[in-house]
Amino acid sequence: MLSRTASDLYWMSRYLERAENLARMLDVSYSLSLMPQDGRGDGLDEIAMPLLITGTLDAYLERHGELHAERLLHFFALDASNPASIYSCLGAARASAHAVRGRITADMWENINATWLEIRGIADQGLSRYGMSRFCEWVKERSHLFRGATYGTIMRHDAFRFIRLGTFIERADNTLRMLDARYEMLEVLGKNTEVVSDSSAHGYYQWSALLRALSSFEAYTELYRGSPGARQVAELLLLRADIPRSLRACLEEIDQILASLPGVNGRPAQRLAAELDARLRYTDIDEILDEGLHGWLNEFIPLVAQLGNAIHTSYLEAA
Amino acid sequence: MIRTFYDEMYDAGGLVRPHYREFARWLGETPPELLAQRRREADLLFHRAGITFTLYGDEQGTERLIPFDTIPRSIPASEWRIVERGCIQRVKALNMFLADLYHDQRIIKAGIIPAEQVLANEQYQLAMQGLNLHRDIYSHISGVDLVRDGDGTYYVLEDNLRTPSGVSYMLEDRKMMMRLFPELFAAQRIAPIDHYPNLLLDTLKSSSPIDNPSVVVLTPGRFNSAFFEHAFLAREMGVELVEGADLFVRDDRVFMRTTDGPKAVDVIYRRLDDAFLDPLAFNPDSMLGVPGLLSAYRSGNVVLANAIGTGVADDKSVYPYVTDMIRFYLDEEPILKNVPTWQCRKPEELSHVLANLSELVVKETQGSGGYGMLVGPAASAAEIESFRARLKAKPHAYIAQPTLCLSTCPTFVENGIAPRHIDLRPFVLSGRETRVVPGGLTRVALREGSLVVNSSQGGGTKDTWVVED
Repeated sequence: MLSRTASDLYWMSRYLERAENLARMLDVSYSLSLMPQDGRGDGLDEIAMPLLITGTLDAYLERHGELHAERLLHFFALDASNPASIYSCLGAARASAHAVRGRITADMWENINATWLEIRGIADQGLSRYGMSRFCEWVKERSHLFRGATYGTIMRHDAFRFIRLGTFIERADNTLRMLDARYEMLEVLGKNTEVVSDSSAHGYYQWSALLRALSSFEAYTELYRGSPGARQVAELLLLRADIPRSLRACLEEIDQILASLPGVNGRPAQRLAAELDARLRYTDIDEILDEGLHGWLNEFIPLVAQLGNAIHTSYLEAA
Repeated sequence: MIRTFYDEMYDAGGLVRPHYREFARWLGETPPELLAQRRREADLLFHRAGITFTLYGDEQGTERLIPFDTIPRSIPASEWRIVERGCIQRVKALNMFLADLYHDQRIIKAGIIPAEQVLANEQYQLAMQGLNLHRDIYSHISGVDLVRDGDGTYYVLEDNLRTPSGVSYMLEDRKMMMRLFPELFAAQRIAPIDHYPNLLLDTLKSSSPIDNPSVVVLTPGRFNSAFFEHAFLAREMGVELVEGADLFVRDDRVFMRTTDGPKAVDVIYRRLDDAFLDPLAFNPDSMLGVPGLLSAYRSGNVVLANAIGTGVADDKSVYPYVTDMIRFYLDEEPILKNVPTWQCRKPEELSHVLANLSELVVKETQGSGGYGMLVGPAASAAEIESFRARLKAKPHAYIAQPTLCLSTCPTFVENGIAPRHIDLRPFVLSGRETRVVPGGLTRVALREGSLVVNSSQGGGTKDTWVVED
């Protein structure tokens, strides 16, 4: 397959996955901001959280100066001039799909094109008229639909592999960042106690909101049968191979996909993926907590980025 | 001046022509609400499928829909067979002309075409001189633009031998008609056209001396007005769609960059103008081309379809000689007529043109896409005067033709159905044999009275039927 085509397919799915993840972040923050805040302000911290996670808070402050709920939401979701907004991600995904529309099925193309046409309509209406939760649901649903169209229609060859590669790299990064952000939030809340207070009502809502945002709440209750705490949530989202949005599941997929790609260009990427996969496979949650969850996560985030770069040099810019 | 138009559906007495009877009966029986609803459905489907073109000179590079009209243009099969033979004859002669021009130049020596008309032409490529092409084919894919005059006679308006576009609309229009109105296709025999991509791939493969060559489509990129078509054809043929940066030349061989390392390329269906193909040989500023491509081409290691330098044969200043070419190379009488043409470079013809500007159509010899032309009867006095000045300043850059009474076809307009002017572009494929799929692209000028059908000028398209009679 052409390197440029592979690159467009990879970025098409990365951007779409990113849009979905942004919507998931937004969903959890928005619903938490509606909870009683116990004198901790007006929920603005919560609403600013997705911008903090994605590193776009400074860009927002530069433009708007102060935190303002409606402006924050618009900036994050629908602002065409913010290259990291959900709107811009969907636009970028659609532009990549447009460049390779000969390599994806008509079902996939029509789906992603319709998504783009629709979000432009939503942007015209504005978020408050469309409805916040409804919007997040809509983004997730469009992403699900596209994935369904992809699985249901595309031939199982390299195009399919690069599409999935983009999805899992993006998802791995997102799961790490969302877990880290929630953990930090709880640490801030419980800064006077030594251990993060899992049993507090805040702990409960923070963790369950995260689990719901990552569509893992049902799995959690089935596996652990108790109210969520840091140890179990971290184990679930980092190490369990049977949770589709967990780090381990993402790396297992990436490892397998890279191993199945033809050619010898990809050795550096293949080796790194196998190393990271093995690292997760042969570790347990106590080891991670001993090291400190925050430190461990922040060591792993650059490794996923490094894997992304290795994929780029091995396949997407290859000569 | 009263003009009489030839209408494709109704004869002069207002009666439905035989090959439209089935359609007219259906149209009469179908409630207007249903037709309107189907038209909206068509718009929605085209929009969803992103079947668009990009308008140049539009800052935002907006993607537009090409308006699609649901009333087909229908041609009786017996009539089509003549058009088909005429197009094939013409393209054969044009290919022989190009081969001659870049080799022995017999036609110049015979005094049929003046040397300066072709050799001094910007489109004449010295790099092609003496180069032997497989099967002597230069224009593998050709579009012949046809119009009909008041009495229904077909005329060739121009030949397109560079990178003729529009075939994707021909195919998508048919798909849309079959989806919206399947009953029409059950009621009569309409010649199928869906196999065009197959024929195209076969033509491209047969353009190379290699067995089962590797074929790619070369596009200027996603911002080109015809990108949709490039992607469409690559997908339908199952070949790679490449941009210049995806290709490179090593040891006079062309390769594409793939995830699995370099892969050799044997045939390039290029949708890029000559000037942009190779920055080393042509326009040095071209970011779209492939450095070294011309050298690989001249070494015979890669086929370009169409060949470099075909533009000299579809230039409007060469157009008046095509009928003579047919006689010269094929020893046959032309089946299709040329529109009478005044060459402004000849002083006596220029003065005739200047005296009759308000009745003529004046075109740039190198123009395309309906840009830079004057339609005398529709132009204001100021426009005519501005053209007069341009003609006097650069007479050799213009030709003039009588304003043809382009045939009309009933078309959905804002308040009902009304006749609108149309043309026809059949696509001729030259390889092992020369072939045309039945019909072609019918373009329609949607503005009342307008004779300009180009999509860049607000034209629409219609499905084109060849109906067994």
